[in-house]
Amino acid sequence: MSQDKQSEPGGATSVDSPASIVTGTTDDAAHQGGGLAVPGSAPELATGVERSGMFGIHGTGDTSGYGGLHRAPYVPQPADRPYGGYFDEVVDALLQAMSERGIPATAIEQITVAVGELTVYLQRDHLQALFWAVRDDPGLRFETLSSLSGVDYGEQVPRRLHVVYEMLSMTYRRRMRLEVSVDVADPYVPSAVPVYPTADWHEREAYDMFGIVFAGHPALTRILMPDDWDGHPQRKDYPLGGIAVEYKGAEIPPPDQRRVYS
Amino acid sequence: MMSPENDQEVRRARATETTEGRMFTVTGGDWDDMVSELSSSVGDNAGRDTGGSDDFSDERIIINMGPQHPSTHGVLRLILELEGETVTQARSVIGYLHTGIEKNCEYRTWTQGVTFVTRADYLSPAFNEAAYCLAVEKLLGIEVPPRAEVIRVLLMELTRISSHLVAIATGGMELGALTGMTAGFREREEALHLMEFLTGLRMNMAFIRPGGVAQDMPEGTQQRVQEFIDVMDKRLPEYDKLLTGQPIWKARMQGVGVLPLEGCLQLGITGPVLRSAGYAWDLRKTMPYSGYETYDFEVPTATEADCYARFVLRVAEMHESLKIMRQANARLSEPGPVMVQDKKIAWPAQLALGADGMGNSLEHIRKIMGQSMEALIHHFKLVTEGFHVPAGQAYMAIENPRGELGCHVVSDGGTRPWRVHLRDPGFVNLQAMPALSEGGMIADVVAAVASLDPVMGGVDR
Repeated sequence: MSQDKQSEPGGATSVDSPASIVTGTTDDAAHQGGGLAVPGSAPELATGVERSGMFGIHGTGDTSGYGGLHRAPYVPQPADRPYGGYFDEVVDALLQAMSERGIPATAIEQITVAVGELTVYLQRDHLQALFWAVRDDPGLRFETLSSLSGVDYGEQVPRRLHVVYEMLSMTYRRRMRLEVSVDVADPYVPSAVPVYPTADWHEREAYDMFGIVFAGHPALTRILMPDDWDGHPQRKDYPLGGIAVEYKGAEIPPPDQRRVYS
Repeated sequence: MMSPENDQEVRRARATETTEGRMFTVTGGDWDDMVSELSSSVGDNAGRDTGGSDDFSDERIIINMGPQHPSTHGVLRLILELEGETVTQARSVIGYLHTGIEKNCEYRTWTQGVTFVTRADYLSPAFNEAAYCLAVEKLLGIEVPPRAEVIRVLLMELTRISSHLVAIATGGMELGALTGMTAGFREREEALHLMEFLTGLRMNMAFIRPGGVAQDMPEGTQQRVQEFIDVMDKRLPEYDKLLTGQPIWKARMQGVGVLPLEGCLQLGITGPVLRSAGYAWDLRKTMPYSGYETYDFEVPTATEADCYARFVLRVAEMHESLKIMRQANARLSEPGPVMVQDKKIAWPAQLALGADGMGNSLEHIRKIMGQSMEALIHHFKLVTEGFHVPAGQAYMAIENPRGELGCHVVSDGGTRPWRVHLRDPGFVNLQAMPALSEGGMIADVVAAVASLDPVMGGVDR
């Protein structure tokens, strides 16, 4: 396929910029959000890739006229007070618990409220202290870590590896999402196992699939893939299939190199 | 080194010297016989300084159970350290059924994702579909029509019954109660027949779709559902007669695999295991979805926190599920759409039964092929490219037969999921296996694992 890049500069003129992904207001919104967002941190939280064109075709191949479409990378928007529902109460309790425990307020990078869910983006430095606060503070009482999973936002995204903690408070019947992002070159996140023993296998899976290293985990080994597997399969730069598999001495070729009988 | 063919009787236990040390292969039989056979087989190795053949009988041994062991509930591998018959340490190894469902979802449209996730926990396919669809619908910001919710609830409760039946059936088989197995699978067959009548497939139906359900219920649904409820009303008490009061059943399960409430919360255990410890935590009541708050049902609990309590709870939950099914069945009298009206999301599924099976109705095909080019383009684009889902992430948790089934979906605004993660309760609950088994007898490990009811398709995904 000939990659004629002629249309690329035209694509950057941003023909289409939906209101939902305007990035110019992030700083303003961040200040309204109780000054919680670290200025300038919002672009780092980008969780999408830039796209241009409608069908991924560049140059003369695109006869649709949509080649000029440009979509900026998605950035989760910092939320404004009031957050609505129980979210204000939770954030207030969290901030208070943090100040009681000497955790700096900058440990929170951003607070986002979307589709009726509260997401708190955290720095990894104070993560374990935060977990203790989130679990034990009488106003928070998130006794259960429902789920922990990794997300890879792709090669172009800074700090592309995210760890998502789905917290559940059975006392108050509330949910909250904590999120930490790290870089592939420095994929270290403090382990949640000392606070939430249930995180054990979740963290092993996130390590297995994304290569996120949980510092302090009792035995961080692969859990789903074989022990001697190369690479982390759910990273975006890891292909779907195409891996030669050795089975009892026989080399099984990847799907695209097998014989076809049609 | 050892030659059983020379012996008068074929030995069931043999010892081999390997580079890793002495390894024993055992194929069943009595423990004492096995120990004496092993002693003599070690004694055969003349000239080896094994240090006397008697002192190893109380040696600690490590036993590998599975992944092909019938009592491990699928391809689950248990590594047990034993002192005599007491388990001192237990670890489980999973991953033998890892199929990359989450990764595969990223390469298909949002609607096709249903076909993948339904195969995760293969005993409760309707729940996988529902959790995934509810999460996608959260991102889309849509609400499904009431009739679609009723159908979803009906399918989910039917699936809960069939899943609990397997839990009891295989659990019974593993403990030697073979009649429990035949009875459980007999009733499950009824449930699967009904599922086939309702959705066209016995399992992995992919019937629940983002925006509603694939199509309306067939004619005669209410009567068939009522017949099923009547049959189950008659047969469920048989489980009480067969198992609940049975002395052997009780002896094998009471006081076995105890996990108190604090342990459950620490380990993130949900479902019948948590409720057997006395906490009435059921997401259908505590965080309702799909209109569960409008149904009248109870959440059975127990306080014994043992395997027997979990069995009793599962039977009780089946009765409650029948109650919900009866109410949902009554609500089916009210007609209505089963898919959102937004044609940008709803699949063009004007299905009809043709000579070659189920497919789009001739009327619909005639219209898009003959009259409306736009309808044809729309149909083609929606099916091949799929619909766009706004960028962002959502987590939706529902109560599956094993506990909290969560689905975390991430969208980048495209027509394919950026990430799909299933928080399977089997995966989380299986972490409690060491806590349930250590310190008990090896036979109790089987009862403990059966009471957790892990389904390896969901555990490994």
